[in-house]
Amino acid sequence: MTGPLPSKPRVGLFVTCLVDLMRPSVGFAAVKLLEQAGCSVEVPAVQTCCGQPAYNSGDRADAAALARQTIAAFAGCDYVVAPSGSCAGMLKLHYPGLLAGDAEWSGKAKELAERVHELVSFLVDVRGMETVDAEFKGRATYHDSCSGLRELGIKGQPRRLLGSVKNLELIEMADAEVCCGFGGTFSVKYPDISNAMVEKKAANAAAAKPDLLLAGDLGCLMNMAGKLRREGRAVQVRHVVEVLAGELSDLPIAGSK
Amino acid sequence: MKSATESFKENARAALDDAQLQRALAGLPTGLVANRAAARARLPEFEDLRDVGRDIKDHTLAHLDLYLELYERNATAAGARVHWAATAAEAREIILRICRDAGAKLVTKGKSMISEEIGLNADLQAAGIEVVETDLGEYLVQIRGETPSHIIAPAIHLTQDQVEADFRRLHTELPKERVLSEPSQLVGEARQILREKFLAADVGITGANFLVAETGSSVIVTNEGNGDLTQSLARVHVVVASIEKVVPTREDVSTILRLLARSATGQELSTYTTFSTGPRRPEDPDGPAAYHVVILDNGRSEMLGTAFREVLRCIRCGACMNHCPVYGAIGGHAYGWVYPGPIGSVLTPSLIGVRSAADLPNASTFCGRCEEVCPMKIPLPKLMRHHREADFELGGSSRGYRIGLKLWAWLARRPRLYHVAARMAVALLGALGRRRGAFRSLPLAGGWTRHRDLPAPQGRTFQQLWAERKAGAPR
Repeated sequence: MTGPLPSKPRVGLFVTCLVDLMRPSVGFAAVKLLEQAGCSVEVPAVQTCCGQPAYNSGDRADAAALARQTIAAFAGCDYVVAPSGSCAGMLKLHYPGLLAGDAEWSGKAKELAERVHELVSFLVDVRGMETVDAEFKGRATYHDSCSGLRELGIKGQPRRLLGSVKNLELIEMADAEVCCGFGGTFSVKYPDISNAMVEKKAANAAAAKPDLLLAGDLGCLMNMAGKLRREGRAVQVRHVVEVLAGELSDLPIAGSK
Repeated sequence: MKSATESFKENARAALDDAQLQRALAGLPTGLVANRAAARARLPEFEDLRDVGRDIKDHTLAHLDLYLELYERNATAAGARVHWAATAAEAREIILRICRDAGAKLVTKGKSMISEEIGLNADLQAAGIEVVETDLGEYLVQIRGETPSHIIAPAIHLTQDQVEADFRRLHTELPKERVLSEPSQLVGEARQILREKFLAADVGITGANFLVAETGSSVIVTNEGNGDLTQSLARVHVVVASIEKVVPTREDVSTILRLLARSATGQELSTYTTFSTGPRRPEDPDGPAAYHVVILDNGRSEMLGTAFREVLRCIRCGACMNHCPVYGAIGGHAYGWVYPGPIGSVLTPSLIGVRSAADLPNASTFCGRCEEVCPMKIPLPKLMRHHREADFELGGSSRGYRIGLKLWAWLARRPRLYHVAARMAVALLGALGRRRGAFRSLPLAGGWTRHRDLPAPQGRTFQQLWAERKAGAPR
């Protein structure tokens, strides 16, 4: 950002299609945290999906159309924040390349990229949040989703905030940085390989004996939660912002009453 | 080499069901992966070196014609015979001619992926020449009639029991009651067999890790010393290398060597690094009487002017496949051609065509671990995506998938309609799944639910709830 930071920045929440459809409680937890961090939150209604299913399938035309739609939707915001490293990475790192040949939109894509952040890293790195007011009694482990980790450098920020959650014991599982096998359309195009990967992830997660498995991307979380449940393992799965916001009244992912 | 890339999905399924292979692959995280991490940690400038290595290769590739000609001039001046092969067939012809001219009955080989790429062994054998692989892993693969499943650890798919069984089956001249329970005993036996081959060989064929333009030298790195015996004991030494192996100077070689072994096996340096410049000189204690270098293009020069030029920086360390969770799940053979793992998923479609190898660049989660560890900083996921784009343009992916994708994109570009449809779909799925919390099976989601439950949605969309909250209704 150039120029002075606004005291109460206008943050556009990029909800992400999975949170919108599958788990709106993550979106509300995100809003709560952003407001605690002194932001005013807006949710443009004209957003849908960042376009990764098309982009990663080689369909550049549809991906570019969705990129233009998203850029337009967030034109007026100081920041654009997403509760997903994967979608934030798409907006921040891939839109500029996707629209590079588009005279009208390439500048706008670059301009948007400067304003885009993944939620937890935004709270810590941009808003200076050091602690949260939340409690969870038990052991939790955190899976590093690939895009957040390798594209955006998200590693310490969620652990730092989790460290301030009362009564939460943060433990590390083996190979926390190895992919869970979701990969968007990969999980349905190559289900057998995807399964072998999530089997290893579920085994590593379970071996750490946590009460709760956390991550910052709902796709990975649905994959891991679905596998843990199929295997009958008693690990609860939640998006990290649910714990950070102290919003635990909804059932865990793939959890039943 | 013939490709089996088109049956990738079936290959992968078979690999996942192969208990022996899964046992062999299970050692990767604690083996090569852990070794690399330790080696990297011991060298503070490792990450900076990756930039230097990338820049050396980028510079060379930008002036590849110049450096190849300089290499040829200097190699020729040192007494080498340099041959240019535009295709795999040309390279095979050249090498076969050299072998025939030398009256070769027995050819020993050091490890060479290029010789795999051009399918050399089958051609030489068809001409009545005995070919013996002398790298232990390559030897194992050869006696089993297989191909390498990894570019630096060709027999990584095998377990020790399998090797013992093969040795007992094939080395029938040795006493039956011999003990082969330790790896060192297996290595000792292979050595015993191979020693006679080294001594009897007429032609020795090796690859090259580098061709040095300023001196006309070829360089090989090995851990077993078999490459040195291959190239110095036979009367004729043939080097087969692809065009991108050239680097300008010895200084460049030493810089890249600092990255190569650390990335590959976690060693500071491989055990043997051997520079060869021309045939044996009168004052040399040993060496071949004739020294040939066959330089292969086989489609690479076509890549120079494209985004895929970056993949020509590859130094064949294997780090990308060691760290790839897909490779770790299915091993190398499932990829169906010479180069497995992420490097293969980029290189193979470039060399044999994207339509016949379309599964390779598609079968990645884009987790990015390959790019993270690549010593040459090749943006492998980006290049895989370029292949996906080319494949999509050419009508790739199944009809059902394409229709589904187009329908979804059509809807996603109409936010109002999209949100209405989303509300309805989520309300239905939420009502069906709320009580159990997840689906064990669901129409059209079989790929997902065959292996795992599908979490049920909470029942209302965020946009719907947000609109209500804005309007003042309680959540």
